Amino acid sequence: MKNFFVRNREAALAVIVVAMALIVGLRAPVFLTTGNLLDVLNDSSILAILVMGQMVVLLTKGIDLSVASNLALTGMFCAVVGKAFPGLNAVELVLIALAFGALLGALNGVLITAFDLPPIVVTLGTMSAYRGAIFVLSKGAWMNDQDIHLSIKALPRVNFLGLPGLVWYAIITLLICWWFFRYRRTGREMYAMGGNLSAAAYIGIPIKRRLMQVYAMSGALAGLAGLLWVGRYSIAFTELAAGYELTVIAACVIGGVSTAGGIGTVMGALLGVLFAGVINGALPVIHISPFWQQAISGTVILVAVIVNARSERRAGKQILPPKGSRTQSAPMQGAQP
Amino acid sequence: MKATRTWEIILVLLLIAVVCGFGATTEGFLDFYNLSDSTFNYSEKALIALPMALVIIAGEIDISVAATVALTSVAMGLAKNAGAGPALIILVGLGSGALCGALNGILITRFSLPSIVVTIGTLSLYRGAALVILGDGAITGYPQVLSTLGNGYIGDLIGMPTLQIPIEFAIFVIAAVIFGVVLHKTVWGRRIYAIGANPIASRFSGIPVNRYRLVLFIVIGLMAGLASVLLTGRIGSTRPNIAMGWELDAITMVILGGVSINGGSGSLLGVVLAIFVLGMFTFGLQMENVPGIVMSMILGGLMIISMIVPILIQRARRNRLPKAAAAAGV
Repeated sequence: MKNFFVRNREAALAVIVVAMALIVGLRAPVFLTTGNLLDVLNDSSILAILVMGQMVVLLTKGIDLSVASNLALTGMFCAVVGKAFPGLNAVELVLIALAFGALLGALNGVLITAFDLPPIVVTLGTMSAYRGAIFVLSKGAWMNDQDIHLSIKALPRVNFLGLPGLVWYAIITLLICWWFFRYRRTGREMYAMGGNLSAAAYIGIPIKRRLMQVYAMSGALAGLAGLLWVGRYSIAFTELAAGYELTVIAACVIGGVSTAGGIGTVMGALLGVLFAGVINGALPVIHISPFWQQAISGTVILVAVIVNARSERRAGKQILPPKGSRTQSAPMQGAQP
Repeated sequence: MKATRTWEIILVLLLIAVVCGFGATTEGFLDFYNLSDSTFNYSEKALIALPMALVIIAGEIDISVAATVALTSVAMGLAKNAGAGPALIILVGLGSGALCGALNGILITRFSLPSIVVTIGTLSLYRGAALVILGDGAITGYPQVLSTLGNGYIGDLIGMPTLQIPIEFAIFVIAAVIFGVVLHKTVWGRRIYAIGANPIASRFSGIPVNRYRLVLFIVIGLMAGLASVLLTGRIGSTRPNIAMGWELDAITMVILGGVSINGGSGSLLGVVLAIFVLGMFTFGLQMENVPGIVMSMILGGLMIISMIVPILIQRARRNRLPKAAAAAGV
């Protein structure tokens, strides 16, 4: 029943995304041209990769606020390494980005599992720490177009079957994640941990190892996104993508990934990304000031969580209806994660 | 209870270490006027950290505080442009802060949503609204009263020029006392702990949990409004990006102060000590010309270390105990 509803919810979101695109297309037909839609996809690709990393963390009832800092630090690291070793090829650079990002993510994982610390506080700390480390690594200097390795710049731009490389990487990431979450035992165990951690421990899921994998995975994807970001915009600096973690979490929430753990699908998350992508792509086309972007995404997040809460409302939590009223009292909120 | 006390002792030692360390190495650090002026840098954040401690003890969190400061400042700017006097401007500041907090609280209690998600949403909404209203512009030209509030000293106010204590800092001290008394000496305070420890059990024992939550969010909004009044007065202008990132600073103060992010434990004394540790540490680093971004890196690391140390101490104790018991038994 729940599964059916979740699927329905995704269909509804898909309809909304398409309807939005069509309405914008009516106002400004240029929006629906192939070139512009490709731009929207291209712009959404890095977000899609990051959202996969954030989703796996959210599934286990955690949160990773350090993704944007990780992205920027790994991006800067790759730019510095690429400058120092011009002989590296694209595959080696991707591996370096994945490994370095995973290392940063694993540090989160170690702090969370070894000391039983809440993920939100740990990643809040590493968010500042990684951001500062970029400054230390670069000594505050910017890596500009001419400093950045040619392969890094080529990565997002290679064209394959008419789609830019960036979109392909996102598609590959999404497919791997979809397969992993649906058919791999490890992936299913991550859902189980978010659903009920104690039960998951009792049936023998190695909680700590899984959590390490979760944060390393989030880190690795953030690292990959960092390499692609630096390649796409040909620049690396300390404040790169600052605050982007909120956009990532917002896309997850819009896509129906629950911050309370255990709920969320790759398809839903992808729709959340496309939703954000269509809005961001549409605003300039229909001549709405970009200053509106943040306010709109804030409103969308709030509407999305309210809608989600309505659909997820569980029985058995409501207590003590108010005196003289037969209507439902405000249900109690469960214990905070 | 014991653990909290240990933590406060650690904070006092940390504070002494910071004062002695910078006092010995940095010229001009241990100067009364310098230290007094350094409070300008953290008084406003500290005013937000106080209610944040209560909110976190109650098991919630508010990430939208800095955005509330920005939107409140914009509201004050609009009031000023509409010809309001200083008193009305301040009232608008406090009122709009409380309104922002109330919206958070209503969303959280009415729809039983997790506060972190709601306040991430309202963070974007409030900051976005500030951006929409101001664009890339700024509002300046606030009345003198506000500037005095933000930049003035108690001594000048009461005609004792030697008493160089910033008005902002005095307001912080008064607020800290009020929050301390409410949290530790009243039934309300005990109930906040109870809600944080177990909201469901609290509801069963007759505490109007959601009403407490709503009031806490209104209070934190109000305090963000107060911080905004002082900040706007101090810098004399409103920009959409003011107070950027302050939510993290305020949360760092609270966590370093020994409040558990899971709710239910912590003390206001710890938070106040942490505010001073962080404030003085930042001030010392500033005097050593450490760039701001490196400073936030150090603070981020410090926050994590401050959580690990008590756990390590606890583990060391637990490991020692069985051995001691075994030795006694033999």
